[in-house]
Amino acid sequence: MTAANPRGMAPLDAIDRRIVRATQAGLPLTPQPYAEIAAVLDLTEAEVIDRIAAMQERGIIRRIAIAPHHYALGMTANGMSVWDVADDRISDLGARIGALPYVTHCYQRPRALPQWPYNLFAMLHGSGRDEVEAKRREVAAILGDACRGSDILYSTRILKKTGLRLAD
Amino acid sequence: MTRSARTILPPEALDPTDRAILNALQDGFPITPRPYDDAGAALGITGAELIDRIARLREIGAITRFGPFFDAAAMGGAFCLCAMAVPADRWDEVLTKVNAHPQVAHNYERTHALNMWFVLATDTPEGITRTAQAIEAETGLDVMLFPKLEEYFIGFRVQA
Repeated sequence: MTAANPRGMAPLDAIDRRIVRATQAGLPLTPQPYAEIAAVLDLTEAEVIDRIAAMQERGIIRRIAIAPHHYALGMTANGMSVWDVADDRISDLGARIGALPYVTHCYQRPRALPQWPYNLFAMLHGSGRDEVEAKRREVAAILGDACRGSDILYSTRILKKTGLRLAD
Repeated sequence: MTRSARTILPPEALDPTDRAILNALQDGFPITPRPYDDAGAALGITGAELIDRIARLREIGAITRFGPFFDAAAMGGAFCLCAMAVPADRWDEVLTKVNAHPQVAHNYERTHALNMWFVLATDTPEGITRTAQAIEAETGLDVMLFPKLEEYFIGFRVQA
């Protein structure tokens, strides 16, 4: 994910930033949501559509989408599995783990030794801890002897969840 | 947020059309003058019904958000996963201080000595360090930073 913002690409101009701020809480639930945003910002609907499409093209908007509430939908066990994977094999193995259907948010992150030896993070979702633990064993089997240790951190409470808030 | 966070919807709360909406709209949404009509047509419903159903899904807590997902890094900003080891007897005080920062986008309690995990989203890369240092100064606790070095998957794929 380093390709989204090649160096030299113009970031956001003032109008883009107004559109970001107007939509960061969500898209209006009205038949012509882009026209509604345009009316608030004193722009034309076509301009808002063009700019949102351009921001998506540039990777500034990843997508316009629904964020499901995993817990409410029965995915009650949300385990952040963490792995200490050999540096020379993490790229290949990380890609394999990230491709598993029950894995989201799969990243290489820095270790923080000695407290934190893990460099691969993969969120495992399941309807219960048994299911998540079974998936964790599948991941362990794929990593094999490239993995020197692992842990899993279950989320016990959502403490805050908001979209990105762009400051002025 | 924590009130609805513990609620599991009964299976009958979602009918097959709701499930189809949840599955289809995780991937994207049209950028057209009448996007609900267009997205609804692919699901065999009218735009008006799609709007009503999304509003209801949000109301009952089946979705946390509907709208654009921004990439802070692409906007010149930054994301960073952070963790803290918060003593039990200081939990509420520290949580209030951490969540008071608008840069804290998500925050989860997790089962580990590092028991508070949150994501900072800031306008600039320097904002990550600045916010983390502010939290350390306010709480007297270390904030460990786990920036992503490489990403192997983006997004969600819940089969509703």
